[in-house]
Amino acid sequence: MAVTKKKSVKKNNTIKLKFDTSWLYAPAPESKSAATIKPQYDLFINGEWQKPSGGKYFDTINPANEEKLSEVADANEADVNKAVTAARNAYEKVWKKMPAKERAKYIFRIARMVQERARELAIIESLDGGKPIRESRDFDVPTAANHFFYYAGWADKLEYAFPNRTAASVGVAGQIIPWNFPLLMAAWKIAPALATGNTVVLKPAETTPLTALKLAEIIQESGLPEGVVNIVTGAGATGAAIVNHPDINKIAFTGSTEVGKIIQRSIAGTNKKVTLELGGKAANIIFEDAPLDQAVEGVINGIYFNQGHVCCAGSRLYVQESVSKQVIRKLKDRIESLIVGDPLDKNTDIGAINSKQQLETIRKYVKIGKEEGAEMYESSCSLPGRGFWCRPTLFTNVAQSARIAQEEIFGPVLAILTFRTDDEVIEKANNSPYGLSAGVWTDKGSKIFNMTKRMRAGVIWANTFNKFDPTSPFGGYKESGFGREGGLHGLLPYVKLIN
Amino acid sequence: MEKRAIKKSSLSISENGIEEKKSTRRLEVLKTYKIYIGGQFPRTESGRYYVAKNADGKQLANVCLSSRKDFRDAVVAARGAFGGWSGRAAFNRGQILYRMAEMLEGRKAQFIEELTQQDSTKGKAEKEVNLAIDRLIYYAGWCDKFQQVFSAVNPVATSHFNFSVPEPTGVVSIIAPQNDSLLGLVSVIAPVIAGGNTCVLLASESKPLCAVTFAEVINSSDMPGGVVNILTGKVSELAPWFVDHMDVNATIYCENDSSVQKMMQEKSALNVKRIIFYNSVKWDTEKGQSPYFIMDTQEIKTTWHPIENIAGSGAGY
Repeated sequence: MAVTKKKSVKKNNTIKLKFDTSWLYAPAPESKSAATIKPQYDLFINGEWQKPSGGKYFDTINPANEEKLSEVADANEADVNKAVTAARNAYEKVWKKMPAKERAKYIFRIARMVQERARELAIIESLDGGKPIRESRDFDVPTAANHFFYYAGWADKLEYAFPNRTAASVGVAGQIIPWNFPLLMAAWKIAPALATGNTVVLKPAETTPLTALKLAEIIQESGLPEGVVNIVTGAGATGAAIVNHPDINKIAFTGSTEVGKIIQRSIAGTNKKVTLELGGKAANIIFEDAPLDQAVEGVINGIYFNQGHVCCAGSRLYVQESVSKQVIRKLKDRIESLIVGDPLDKNTDIGAINSKQQLETIRKYVKIGKEEGAEMYESSCSLPGRGFWCRPTLFTNVAQSARIAQEEIFGPVLAILTFRTDDEVIEKANNSPYGLSAGVWTDKGSKIFNMTKRMRAGVIWANTFNKFDPTSPFGGYKESGFGREGGLHGLLPYVKLIN
Repeated sequence: MEKRAIKKSSLSISENGIEEKKSTRRLEVLKTYKIYIGGQFPRTESGRYYVAKNADGKQLANVCLSSRKDFRDAVVAARGAFGGWSGRAAFNRGQILYRMAEMLEGRKAQFIEELTQQDSTKGKAEKEVNLAIDRLIYYAGWCDKFQQVFSAVNPVATSHFNFSVPEPTGVVSIIAPQNDSLLGLVSVIAPVIAGGNTCVLLASESKPLCAVTFAEVINSSDMPGGVVNILTGKVSELAPWFVDHMDVNATIYCENDSSVQKMMQEKSALNVKRIIFYNSVKWDTEKGQSPYFIMDTQEIKTTWHPIENIAGSGAGY
């Protein structure tokens, strides 16, 4: 004993990596020259670019430096009506009648063209939305292409998807998508709609319209019959015009629970089919027997992926009490090493917050968290002078009832809570109006299945987090919405089952 | 012998009010039609009633006019029963549904009698009861099979095992079909509970007798209390509460009243409730049964887990 005592130094299980001095990465910026952004974009209606009837355009900026990238048309009701008419004509006259295998080939072609222009799309995605180029290059764009590829193949195989039923198309689908995964969400919406024989009017988010407009260019180039896909840009009023249009048969919305509820009310009394992909407040649970370093990586990925602008982000961390100190220390060390900055730099881990408005929301919640008595810790990293930025942040000593543990922040802010027993953490994890996703970290197989079964959420990641695949259905329980996107189950929202 | 005795006595119930003339031997015991909450048969807390009548205006029974509070009590019971019922082995749920069919078969005469009181002909009533029994058997069989038909193992491109399975939505409120007072009731309850949900049901307003008697069938089928809760009362009064309640996950409505449908869709937004309309289903045909009815109150859960890369670790097959 004496020997060990002599040698003993202060015990620290975490070896800190010092990145602050000589370990700084040299900048590795992706070149903007590989992307072309026009100074102005019109509306993509009936296979051609049409001026907005109100003559209005709005700016879309780069959130990393607040510089204007382009201006896009603001579609009013008349424009939406034109787009719906084009989609209706295309549906009745062309798309509905086209043999399914031919339909499939168009979608395959779009998938290929997205792959061909992947680099350009990734750059524009990062410029317009602020997400790190590494994510748009390695996740958003390839997954979008794969989504088209996956659903293309379903077009002529629908009779195998619904046993003892015939799947018929629904008609014109109105689709409204958010700003966190602009191109990917467009793919998630358009691909299954086309595969099942529907035509589309899609509205991208007003802060991130550019990749959807680039996709419109691809669609035009692909020779897809005119009017099958129409892309109209604008803000809430444009979305409302889509939701309320009487000739739309199906609404697909991804966005906040608040807006989802407005949509659900708006379509009351109509025969519109609807799918809602809404907010979340995912519980990510670490048990004491989990491989802690892997779990910490998973938690970091779970909450700081895409600046935390992820509806399924693991924003509530539940750590078993026995390992909570250790996990919290590792998390603090790890956020210190995250590189925050230029989205186009290939070393960047955390890019810019998507908009000024969102940054204000995040700041509001950080303030609420402090006022509620939780302890805040943030990375000491420096932030660029211009643009919208938020340091990776975590709160400890958070109460289950705290607003930062109950409400969706949609930013790089993690709320950490502790627990002792399985039953306790299930109770706490399920104590949320949301039910989109959840995570569990443990080495014990039977415990994994107990947890994954009892957690009320649509997607459960065990010993991993924030994984997506075109073959894997995604969607929520409870107030996180209904309907699934992805996989075999993602076909159902776009068909009528007849005998 | 026993069956005959039941038939005889129930026949005199049908001629309610003239027993005196007919039976000098003993006074008929009349049934009190109560509601069914949490495995018990309370009266409505409101103390209110309405008179169920047949088409000729003949009084059949004093029936509970359930209140909003009754509905809330029933939702509490249904929520309390959800964990146990959804967590049960699917096989066991199938056994209990089958037991319900057995119990219904044994009390066939009583149901035929009640249906004829409520304006059905004897032949039609018998057909309806037979169909209701068969429908329970049909869904008893689905309890441990629909998951296999509607699940998927998803071939994701990364090194993960990924599968999707249906799971029950939770607590379902149901406004039963108004016309097929037994078959309609069974046809909407069975798929909901076969899938592991619990429910609160409002019986046909004009023909409530079978619903209450069916609660007795449920109560003698080893069904845990609270899985099915049955209220009687006015659709116009209770429908808004059925869809308003924040602890109800889905609402089923079976009539074609577009104003009620619109009201339900609007209110459903409160907690993003799933709204299901069965307004053109013919319950007495084959179209009145399908595993797709079960799927209407199911959610799809997808689970991911990493796979150690076998090829990467050098192991061959």
